[in-house]
Amino acid sequence: ASTLVFAEHKDSKLEESTLNAVTAARKLGGPVTALIAGKDADKVAVSLADTEGVDKVVYVKDDAYEHSLPEDTAALIRAIREKIGATHIVGAHSATGKNVLPRLSALLDVQQISDVIGIEGEDVFVRPIYAGNAIATVKSADPIKVLTIRTTSFPAAGKSGDKKAESEESSAADKSALSEWKSESISKSDRPELASAKRVVSGGRAVKSADGFKVIYELADKIGAGVGASRAAVDAGYCDNSMQVGQTGKIVAPELYVAIGISGAIQHLAGMKDSKVIVAINKDPDAPIFQIADYGLVGDLFTIVPELTKKL
Amino acid sequence: MSGLRILVGVKRVVDFAAKVRVNSQQTGVETANVKHSMNPFDEIAVEEAIRLREKLGKDKVTEIIALTCGPKKSQETLRTALAMGADKGVHVEVADGQILEPLAVAKLFSKIVEKEKPDLILLGKQAIDDDSNQTGQMLAGLLSWPQATFASKLDIQDKLLTVVREVDGGLETIATKLPAVVTADLRLNEPRYASLPNIMKAKKKKIETLTPKDLNVDVTQRLETLKVTEPPKRKGGIVVGSVDELIDKLRNEAGVL
Repeated sequence: ASTLVFAEHKDSKLEESTLNAVTAARKLGGPVTALIAGKDADKVAVSLADTEGVDKVVYVKDDAYEHSLPEDTAALIRAIREKIGATHIVGAHSATGKNVLPRLSALLDVQQISDVIGIEGEDVFVRPIYAGNAIATVKSADPIKVLTIRTTSFPAAGKSGDKKAESEESSAADKSALSEWKSESISKSDRPELASAKRVVSGGRAVKSADGFKVIYELADKIGAGVGASRAAVDAGYCDNSMQVGQTGKIVAPELYVAIGISGAIQHLAGMKDSKVIVAINKDPDAPIFQIADYGLVGDLFTIVPELTKKL
Repeated sequence: MSGLRILVGVKRVVDFAAKVRVNSQQTGVETANVKHSMNPFDEIAVEEAIRLREKLGKDKVTEIIALTCGPKKSQETLRTALAMGADKGVHVEVADGQILEPLAVAKLFSKIVEKEKPDLILLGKQAIDDDSNQTGQMLAGLLSWPQATFASKLDIQDKLLTVVREVDGGLETIATKLPAVVTADLRLNEPRYASLPNIMKAKKKKIETLTPKDLNVDVTQRLETLKVTEPPKRKGGIVVGSVDELIDKLRNEAGVL
């Protein structure tokens, strides 16, 4: 194998999810080249070169790739892949990876394998289907394999120390500018990022209001946790959509997951059931969340959670 | 602006509320005698097409075509789309049990696009059976059209499309010209239920049936499923009686605090 990793960046910093993708790429055997493109690609390339498992970095310093618009980014990955002759392309199953890599796969005429949780060989991959209710092992017959990997299934690659990878600048591919990036509204927070946090505290419909989420934030801050929410809480407008944990939101697998006022719909469980330890706090003793929780506590969250925060 | 033609993709899948069980041969999940319905994200796509017509007017959205690729029973899903308000259906029919991978579906769609010449293609962001999240992006790539995935808001003025997309950490707004491919996320809208009169009317609407061969598309699978298994089960834990007990367990038994 020879693998090209599609590296992502945000605000001129390497995205954490790329470190998980590098670990997955490493499992394929063979050399790993990382591609980074954007206005500060040269700066991000420095962090990539210092990532364990990366043998070579290719960077394309060009404003056109800053927002990873899929039309031009897919064309660029195709061009770089051809140049280095990679047999595998790996990216994170993130919003950007999901947007760009299937388009690339169509350009390459290959059937992408999405949301990979296990790599059993150069052409055998494991992935969840039906919201994680079944696990499929598939073998690809395509000459080039394109994978998006589930970040929680592959540990983040560490720093390489003094064995830094070489970096090489590359020119842009043909650009079509089919779409135009206008603006973004990203919720800023000092709390740990949900997808990679070691601890996560999530609130559901029973939190009742945006104001009610205060008790969730207080507990999270006390234990240094990221904050999540169920789809019901997001849809009700208690919190931002970026906080949604579940099959259609973020997939998390922290060491500790505290589900507060969350009944445990399949949709939500699909996003957090790989957490190491699950705590459920809910006033309904029959809530399905208790069937998968390691520790359950039945009662009113507005009494229990402040008490928990105070005693920790 | 001349009238817009909208193509909407719909897929028949195991109903989101049905219990999914792996079959005893470990080759897939049980689908016989299991309730099927339209993929929920596709329902959102159909709803958005209809709302665009309601908003822009009938002269601005001249036709809404629903397209499905799948076995004979997929016609039921097309009828649902027609009952919601689509004007006509196209069914690319394959044999029962034939699996269509996203790349094959994207190729079939691209052939229908050549025939029907839509200005806008609306699809669900992913199907809830194989959870691939690929078809829309692949179709846009095959057509060399712009794509706007995971849409939570959509606006069309003249031939300019503005889409608010759900991305990690929040929202992003992009603009493209038509024609374009848009995939629907959860919060784009809440789909309507078809009324009984509309369900009756839908029975009279036209459905065109084709095969991959008619369209000259090779749908041979690129992925071989070696096995399908149940996910590892979590053992149910214990219910503790107090906050103090919970803290004690987390500290001394689980060691996570």
